[in-house]
Amino acid sequence: MELVQIQRRLVDYTKSLFMEGFLDAQFLQLQQLQDDSNPDFVFEVVSLFFEDFEKLLNELTIALDQPNVDFKKLDSHVHQLKGSSSSIGAQRVKNACIAFRNYCDVQNIEGCLTCLQQVKQECYLVKNKFETLFRLEQQIMASGGSVPTIELGF
Amino acid sequence: MRAKQMLATMSHEIRSPLSGVVSMAEILATTKLDREQRQLLGVMISSGDLVLQLINDILDLSKVIGDVLRIRQILTNLISNAIKFTHEGKVGVKLYVVPEPPFAKEGSQNGSAGSTANQSTTNVPKEETCTSTSQTSSDQRGFHGKKHEDSCQDRSQSERGTPVTNGTIDVTEEQAELPETTVWIRCDVYDTGIGIPENALPTLFKKYMQVSADHARKYGGTGLGLAICKQLVELMGGRLTVSSQVHCGSTFTFILPYKVSLSCDHSDDDLSDMDDHGATDDDATAGFFQFQPRTLGSLFSSNGSSRTQNLLAHNIGYVNSHKINGFSENCYSFPMSNGQTKEMDLVEDACSVAEALEISPEPESSFSHSPDHDNESAICRDEHHHNVVNAENRVSTRDVSSCSETSREVDVKVKITEPQLAAERQERSDSGFQSTLNSSREASNSISKPKILLVEDNKINVMVTRSMMKQLGHTIDVVNNGVEAVRAIQYHSYDLVLMDVCMPVMDGLQTTRLIRSFEETGNWDEAAKAGIEKPSPSSDSLQPDCTPPKRIPIIAMTANALSESADECSANGMDSFISKPVTFQKLKECLEQYLP
Repeated sequence: MELVQIQRRLVDYTKSLFMEGFLDAQFLQLQQLQDDSNPDFVFEVVSLFFEDFEKLLNELTIALDQPNVDFKKLDSHVHQLKGSSSSIGAQRVKNACIAFRNYCDVQNIEGCLTCLQQVKQECYLVKNKFETLFRLEQQIMASGGSVPTIELGF
Repeated sequence: MRAKQMLATMSHEIRSPLSGVVSMAEILATTKLDREQRQLLGVMISSGDLVLQLINDILDLSKVIGDVLRIRQILTNLISNAIKFTHEGKVGVKLYVVPEPPFAKEGSQNGSAGSTANQSTTNVPKEETCTSTSQTSSDQRGFHGKKHEDSCQDRSQSERGTPVTNGTIDVTEEQAELPETTVWIRCDVYDTGIGIPENALPTLFKKYMQVSADHARKYGGTGLGLAICKQLVELMGGRLTVSSQVHCGSTFTFILPYKVSLSCDHSDDDLSDMDDHGATDDDATAGFFQFQPRTLGSLFSSNGSSRTQNLLAHNIGYVNSHKINGFSENCYSFPMSNGQTKEMDLVEDACSVAEALEISPEPESSFSHSPDHDNESAICRDEHHHNVVNAENRVSTRDVSSCSETSREVDVKVKITEPQLAAERQERSDSGFQSTLNSSREASNSISKPKILLVEDNKINVMVTRSMMKQLGHTIDVVNNGVEAVRAIQYHSYDLVLMDVCMPVMDGLQTTRLIRSFEETGNWDEAAKAGIEKPSPSSDSLQPDCTPPKRIPIIAMTANALSESADECSANGMDSFISKPVTFQKLKECLEQYLP
């Protein structure tokens, strides 16, 4: 594909992520933080997020697997995940976490289990999306182009 | 001192509502009242007036006391410096407060050069002199290091012809009467060294002149020290003279005007170029010990003032731990009488003291030190004053003040600017004050930025926040929970704390409570109860104060959960909150609002 085409594809793709609610305005903040002195910032933060959520999802699975579920601990993990996802703009993950926390509050195990599934799904979805995004960016860079800044008309 | 500060604060606080009462009473008096009512009202009004008057007087008094105390403070510092240097028996220092010298009255003092050249020659029998100059020196704005240099070379003269008042630091009466007044302080620094031959005196203060052609060979030096000192002193509106006897010793005297302002607002913000000292009866521009913090601050500060000051305080505190000759550093508390400015004045001293710390702390004398022993002046790398001083065997009291002000709570904006200073510090390999130097090195590295602490456990949030702060031009310290936050604050001074509310180990609310408790009580008892060890009373920690610690702005970072409501945050002592996720804009506004 030609450079220009890839660039356009990137732009469209990113827009769609916003439209579909995968990303929110906070992601724009992240993009703003990327500059010459910090050229891989977004990639780094998002990668950190991936690591983070893997760990947390693991903890959550274990916690919910216990005979006596420790809801406080559960809530604390979800809180963490909510914080991380919120900071990078992973909106759907964040929303799923909010729902999860509500079930923790009322100590509803079934509800929690469902939410855990939901959160997992959203995490992997957004990871997939990000990976596509990064791949497109890489392609652009490899072709000698620069990643277009996206003007989003919110 | 605290009482006085409280008094001043309370006076302000009391005055407003009281004025309200009195005003209302007066308005009431204009309405229709019966005889009895009018009488009662009359009593109200006169009582109110009395109280208002009283409060005004108290405020005035605390101002005066403030000034007096400040002078006393300065002079005490001078003395402690003197003791420090004289304990080795190398030099003696004397300090006087003297009447206005003739040259001052003459009005026309043109620039440094000139007029005193002639006066530099005095060959009178060795006089006694008294104490510490260095502190005085270091207070001079713009001439921190140099002034030290200055103090090294000192003589008695200037007020030749004017009667000298010995050592009484009795400035109280003078000042109390005048809105602004100038105190003349004379300092003699003397030794019992090789002395200076009469024929050398006329050219003594000239650049590159030493006593003899081979002086440099014997003693080292470049011949610049005295010239610089003289220039400095004269720029500050004073005079520097010498008297000496060969084989007996030399005495260097300088006299400087110190201006005391008793006015409410310290209006001499204008540092007015020292070069401008000239002449003037205009005291405002004549060189005088610039103790107005803003002035000094404006000269030296870049950004991040308070951090500097805190670091300096750190340094000062460090020096505190050195006992010199049995003279134990006391913790001087600043008379907080009149709000900020006064405090700052004193801290000014502290800062200059701290600056003095930059300079070699050891008294210079060609006896005790080998030529390459550094007493490098922190002034200019270019001029090797120490050598000069050593060479000429003059009294050199370049000093590190052993001032022990803790200036934590004061917002002095002082920065040790000259890059040379910093470099000089690096070069210094001084032994005794190594750690001081180390901290001053720290200081020099981090001086200009405000110190910000981020308390956050989520790694991603940390990364994002840190990056945002970096874009805003700030570097931040990060800790991951409340306990670590308390520890950090025990050992460092911060200008701002961003506190996550929900954290493991100890949450933001409790952490804030503990910090506020420390600020209110001056101790870490509450934290100890919560299981956090108190800081060890070493030089590592911030000095346990005589002055109350400064209140740090603490900003909550909330995820907007109900449990993190704004009300609860402020109830626990937080100043404001930022809701997560943290954005650039939110941070920016916060910094603008809470950083000086």
